[in-house]
Amino acid sequence: MKLNERSLAFYATCDAPVDNAGFLYKKGGRHAAYHRRWFVLRGNMLFYFEDAASREPVGVIILEGCTVELVEAAEEFAFAVRFAGTRARTYVLAAESQAAMEGWVKALSRASFDYLRLVVRELEQQLAAVRAGACPPPPLPRRPSALPPKENGCAVWSTEAPVASAALSGSEPPPPPPRRRASAPHGPLDAAPFAQLHEWYGQEIRALRSRWLTSRAQP
Amino acid sequence: MRYNEKELQALSRQPAELAAELGMRGPKKGSVVKRRLVKLVVNFLFYFRTDEAEPVGALLLERCIVAREEPSGFSISFMEDPERKYYFKCCSEEQCQEWMEALHQASYEFMRRSLIFYRNEIQKMTGKDPLEQFGISEEARFQLSSLKE
Repeated sequence: MKLNERSLAFYATCDAPVDNAGFLYKKGGRHAAYHRRWFVLRGNMLFYFEDAASREPVGVIILEGCTVELVEAAEEFAFAVRFAGTRARTYVLAAESQAAMEGWVKALSRASFDYLRLVVRELEQQLAAVRAGACPPPPLPRRPSALPPKENGCAVWSTEAPVASAALSGSEPPPPPPRRRASAPHGPLDAAPFAQLHEWYGQEIRALRSRWLTSRAQP
Repeated sequence: MRYNEKELQALSRQPAELAAELGMRGPKKGSVVKRRLVKLVVNFLFYFRTDEAEPVGALLLERCIVAREEPSGFSISFMEDPERKYYFKCCSEEQCQEWMEALHQASYEFMRRSLIFYRNEIQKMTGKDPLEQFGISEEARFQLSSLKE
């Protein structure tokens, strides 16, 4: 399949916001060694470079449809990015600290375009409700966060003006995100309310956390 | 650059935001217009030969420029090389408008800005941060400070 790799490489190194960045060890293959690479998460693309100063990525992992899990590995702070389907590759990665691992797991679990679109649609509905004068929806019971609050690694933030699409100006709402065609079924979660979907995404993180706690408790 | 092609192929089979048979011409000099099934899925534009299940190619739509190309067509190019254009021919004004609108919004960066906008508006009107209930209010990627006002 052809892919606009040059554009991809530019996206990797442009000054759009970075969602997470840092060194991770990446396992080469099933029986291969780990290589230390500089990883940059931007949107639903996880780029990896030879090192932090490299100008072009070695590769990219496109993150739509993946799940993030803890794994049993010789390496400490290891986790896996897993895709569905037969013969699908599983990427085993290892961070350099517990905090970094948790930051990456959290960031990667919620990196998909799909997830972001869900959140945007939910907020769009909330804003419409508020503007219509209805009471704002009651806040959901505050879930204790599964992971310690704060930090997602060394996110670099840029103040570059938005480019190539209309800038948001004044109080003009952006057009609603494109809807999926009703005729195209997406799966069991498609009709679920947002809170349920968010809970589903959050479950994984809480499960990972409790497994980690359990494994730490063992002598 | 290495990439997980299998997963990209799987993505091309997901339900599309928009799909249609369009005329398509690549950026190389001397390219001819070909009929392609063009499919928009998240922030990728896939294009297929009309009778094939696997895409010929995909375009990641981040930092793209969508421009009108008369008559009833549009082009996609990228910020690092705006003159290198992929041309698409629609069968009507309406279809052309529909595609340009959809492509305009089909980027992660656009979604992010929309989220920040809605969050800020809701916060201004209700005094509450709507992201708190989802436990994601602290994520750097959703902060208002990331936008230049």
